[in-house]
Amino acid sequence: MKMTVPRTLAFCYLSLLWQRETITLSDLLRFVEEDHIPYVNAFQHFPEEMKLYGRDKGIFAVESWPDYEDIYKKTIEVATFLDLPRFPDITEDCYLHPNILCLKYLMEVNLPDEMYSLTCQVVKMTGIGEVDFLTFDPIAKMAKTVKYDVQAVALIVVVLKLLFLLDDNLEWSLSSLAEKHNEKNKNDKPWFDFRKWYQVMKKTVDEKKQKWEEARAKYVWKSEKPLYYSSVDKPVAYKKREMVVNLQKQFSTLVDLTPTTEKKKPSSFQFNWIEEDTDRTCFHGHSLQGVLKEKGQSLLTKNSLYWLSTQKFCRSYCKHVTTYEESNFSLSYQFILNLFSFLLRIKASLLHEEVSLIEKKLFKKKYTITKKKSSRSKKVRR
Amino acid sequence: MSDSSEESTKPVTDDEHVDKSVLSGTGMHFPWLQNYIESVAIGGKRKKDFAQTTSACLSLIQEALLKHQWQKAAEYMHSYFQTLEDSDSHKRQAAPEIIWRLGSEILFYHPKSNVEAFSAFADRMKNIGVMNYLKISLQHALYLLHHGMLEDAKRHLSEAETWRYGEKSSSREILINFIQAYKGLLQYYTWSKKKEEFSKLDKDDYAYSTAAQNMLSHTWKTSVNISGLIKIPGVWDPFVKSYVEMLEFYGDQDGAREVLTNYAYDEKFPSNPNAHIYLYNFLKKQKAPRAKLLSVLKILYQIVPSHKLMLEFHTLLKKSEKEEHHKLALQVLFGVLDFAGCTKNITAWKYLAKYLRQTLMGNHPAWVQEEWNSRKNWWPSFHFSYFWAKSDWKEDTALAFEKSFVAGLLLGKGCRYFRYILKQDHQVLMKKIKRMKKSVKKYSIVNSGI
Repeated sequence: MKMTVPRTLAFCYLSLLWQRETITLSDLLRFVEEDHIPYVNAFQHFPEEMKLYGRDKGIFAVESWPDYEDIYKKTIEVATFLDLPRFPDITEDCYLHPNILCLKYLMEVNLPDEMYSLTCQVVKMTGIGEVDFLTFDPIAKMAKTVKYDVQAVALIVVVLKLLFLLDDNLEWSLSSLAEKHNEKNKNDKPWFDFRKWYQVMKKTVDEKKQKWEEARAKYVWKSEKPLYYSSVDKPVAYKKREMVVNLQKQFSTLVDLTPTTEKKKPSSFQFNWIEEDTDRTCFHGHSLQGVLKEKGQSLLTKNSLYWLSTQKFCRSYCKHVTTYEESNFSLSYQFILNLFSFLLRIKASLLHEEVSLIEKKLFKKKYTITKKKSSRSKKVRR
Repeated sequence: MSDSSEESTKPVTDDEHVDKSVLSGTGMHFPWLQNYIESVAIGGKRKKDFAQTTSACLSLIQEALLKHQWQKAAEYMHSYFQTLEDSDSHKRQAAPEIIWRLGSEILFYHPKSNVEAFSAFADRMKNIGVMNYLKISLQHALYLLHHGMLEDAKRHLSEAETWRYGEKSSSREILINFIQAYKGLLQYYTWSKKKEEFSKLDKDDYAYSTAAQNMLSHTWKTSVNISGLIKIPGVWDPFVKSYVEMLEFYGDQDGAREVLTNYAYDEKFPSNPNAHIYLYNFLKKQKAPRAKLLSVLKILYQIVPSHKLMLEFHTLLKKSEKEEHHKLALQVLFGVLDFAGCTKNITAWKYLAKYLRQTLMGNHPAWVQEEWNSRKNWWPSFHFSYFWAKSDWKEDTALAFEKSFVAGLLLGKGCRYFRYILKQDHQVLMKKIKRMKKSVKKYSIVNSGI
């Protein structure tokens, strides 16, 4: 197996995982994209004596940012290749445990804290909080590791589906109820209003997304030290570089010297919500009373229906899930998927897959029943 | 308790029967199939992020240019320069031209840019690769011309003329012709200035002969430069005009006539009304025979029936002896007034009024009827509505008078326009109006009941 820059990054991730650091794979990749971690032009930091030419160019001239699934596969590859033993346990107090990650993401996406207990319940029911499930063991028969961040986010999606159904109907009627209640009882803890949350989040995320796209369009891939294949190419490469630098210098005089915003320090949170901010409502403290109802000692969700993201799983070795085709799903579901997939910088289909996998565990019984019947998804009532 | 209510969500699976033909015989259409086919064609390789970000950058630059946001365009341009170092050789070769076009636009309009900046940019871009030198030089020279720096423009054009690198292709030939022609145009301009000074000089002035010599040398240079370009089919109005002017000045009428005739009649050249106008004016000066003039104007009539030269055409046709020319004269006048741009042309109306009267008096009222047939549905509201009557009379009484004469002849004395003008009180035109009334009564086609 030959080492490449992506594989090196995967190797770094393995070490972070071994040490159970408070950083997920999506965080790591985001830091790479934001230039906090050298990746694209890593060779610039090499000492002078190291001359790069020939096949080094193919290795170090990176023209793409690392892709989540790609790096994920490579971590397993590298770990298997290195014959690593079982990694240190991931227990309930680790950052990577779904309980803690869920809490983090709930905060980041501005959802009420009360949802936390629900996520913990689902973790228990599906068994994804077990140490053996979470810990990476490369020498196991089929080495796999958990996509901790994607899984945590998928959990939140499942809980949202449990509470609000997300069929483009129920969530809005529940919101109207919450709004009415909040109008009448202004002094109580407000009920969580899905519609309001949608409006706030959509606006914030759209802004962030646009800025992100603009920053990406402006990204400069080529470094000051040009990479060339052989000594024949060297003068050409250097001349081109000089030309580009001159042109850039000329055009930078045309650009207003805006007060250069200090390069932001890497942070694991992309969104921050403050209670007192009147412009952007913070929903952390809102109550889920509007969507729960009491039944004896326990609380049940008002919504008693659920729809499965996938009705069939491939029975063969790959166990893949049916592909995510946007138009088959409700707009609310699409919005939620797009929101979280932007947060983690992954493809929506990946998140959808993970959601299906959690549902598979949660509704295990239902899946075994449906296997016998014809392939139609069933609305499941609990 | 499982609810047996059904909700069907059809999955999109990689079907077993993936047909090669997207449209099968039963008329079924699989839109999602196209995506799969396309991804197979590129070997399933993912597009690199470099390519993706640079094309996003390009569209942002184009959007900024469209919205005149020069600042923003310059910002993104700054990042776009890296395409010159693209590892994809196709993109790398196409980059200089794209960068030149976008960059020159930005530098042309950006408030902070100036001639030096533009020239520096042009000089840099010229020397990247060999393919763009000529094009950029030409555009650079035009930019300098635009800013009134004729000497610098001429210098750049001369440099570009001697460029010998790059493959010989037809486009290169044309570019060189362009460059020479523009140089010729600049030389014409200098010549023209010298001519002015020269005309102020006296024959006995000591500087006379040297000035004459000077001018002559310029002429020779110009003719060499321009004649090459005008042999190629195209629209070269300013070049042809200046060239012909010089030839005329030196008495080479034959040469001038040849150039103009070629320009107007060569079938390979695109149809250009100006060519015919130049030729006509030249022949008029030469006092060419009427038949010749008529033939030139006839072609112009077919291309631009609303041109003001059509009135001259009409006069020439009237003077001719052939009857078919007289008929055409009427058609030409009607043709001119069909167009909205000529509705206030008092000469046209005057001619029409006079000629209508003449024709109706003479033995060809049928001609008038023929012309009027195709127009009687829309001319009344187009020219002779009550609104026009009021506004024309307010604006220009002479115009209103002529129009009303025509209206009366064509629509009879009951027409609103005619009646409105009759009602007006005007000292000067009083007599004329009275006479008009008489003529209309006598000659209007409405009366004769045709």
